[in-house]
Amino acid sequence: MRKIKSEIIINAVENLCAETNFKLPADVLKSLEQNIVLEKNTAKDILKEIIENVDIARKEQIPLCQDTGTANFFIKLGRDTEIENGDIYAAVNKGVSLGYTNSYLRKSVVFDPLERKNTKDNTPANIYIDLVSGDKIEITFLPKGGGSENASALKMLTLSVGWDGIKEFVLSAVNDKGRNACPPLVVGVGIGGDFASVGFMSKKALLREIGSENKNAFYGGKEIELLNDINKLNIGPMGMGGRTTALAVFIEEKPVHIASFPVAVNIQCHSCRRKTIII
Amino acid sequence: MKINLLDLVLNPKMLKAGQRILLSGTVYTARDAAHKRIIDMLDSGIAVPFNLKNVAIYYCGPSPAKPGAVIGACGPTTSSRMDIFTPRILKEGVKFLIGKGGRSESVVNSIKENSAVYLVATGGVAALLSKTVKKADLIAFEDLGPEAIYKLEVEGMPLIVAIDSDGGNVFKL
Repeated sequence: MRKIKSEIIINAVENLCAETNFKLPADVLKSLEQNIVLEKNTAKDILKEIIENVDIARKEQIPLCQDTGTANFFIKLGRDTEIENGDIYAAVNKGVSLGYTNSYLRKSVVFDPLERKNTKDNTPANIYIDLVSGDKIEITFLPKGGGSENASALKMLTLSVGWDGIKEFVLSAVNDKGRNACPPLVVGVGIGGDFASVGFMSKKALLREIGSENKNAFYGGKEIELLNDINKLNIGPMGMGGRTTALAVFIEEKPVHIASFPVAVNIQCHSCRRKTIII
Repeated sequence: MKINLLDLVLNPKMLKAGQRILLSGTVYTARDAAHKRIIDMLDSGIAVPFNLKNVAIYYCGPSPAKPGAVIGACGPTTSSRMDIFTPRILKEGVKFLIGKGGRSESVVNSIKENSAVYLVATGGVAALLSKTVKKADLIAFEDLGPEAIYKLEVEGMPLIVAIDSDGGNVFKL
């Protein structure tokens, strides 16, 4: 059993909150740079601004976007770890509170959905834990902005609609609200599972690196098909026309009830901030 | 094209949908909660925190300023959430709206009727936009945190004319 002090986790999460909000992952930046050559006029100008912003944020340690998001953590917790003087949930929340406060990140969480009073330190974080073998803790942070989250959708489809039904649902979700979600987008799609898990899968799909291949070759092909169709919608950067509506589509699928066909679309803006650390 | 807001007040029709401009002048931040509060104050006959006549409203909730900085990251938020309030706000005299994304048909009509202009900034380029803010004063609703109203002096803020005063619109309805 490896003993890990709670403070180690708190410090790591505090730093992770800041670093992730100041620096766009290399794969996202590369994808933006690859798409800029395909665009002209306003679409090209907007992509240039986005890339220039990445540079300013990194050099000056200013958040890429003022919406530094809800704090989402995907944690692989090794079974052979023991957290001293605390627990993982408290440690992560403490790290978020310190990170968002000390690094001047925006606090965007309210206590009650109707009363809407700010919690003032961006807690509580959304924490998802998988128990895995080993004595390490792998923490992936995904700050998620409200604008793109609002463009997301979930539906229990009729079984008979098949792949065409999924495609129609994904394309209509992007077409209806995608232009308000700061495109170019990354589109996470969950298929199967149940009402609760399909939404989670669509969110978890956003963690994949742009350019990485789906482990399932069939769904890998479907990701390319959806991406091509989305990029024919002429939504373009910031919804002002162009071919770069999405940078990537990622699909996660899961076994499902014989009667059910759930699908979820989680929309991510171009500020696709995510980072993983291992303790 | 460099544009001073004071010149624009005299001639909002100089802007046409699709034009790119660099705006200088005074803009007031107000997003969801601030809009609701302003409308409630107007309905109750209470004086609002700033004169709404001929001003520019920026849908923005900035991140906190670091020590020594004028402001934190300050990009636009999605404008359509303000659609429900906008016809009233324009009727009260606001002339310029700055945000991101498309607007409803009733907002487009209201922009035409009031000879107003809707401008968009690129979403998610909040570090870049923060460099165009030369002064920021918190003037009202401090309790709303990031949704408080700030009076900003901007210089060369990069914007695109999205809906002009004749109803020209870069977004499809």
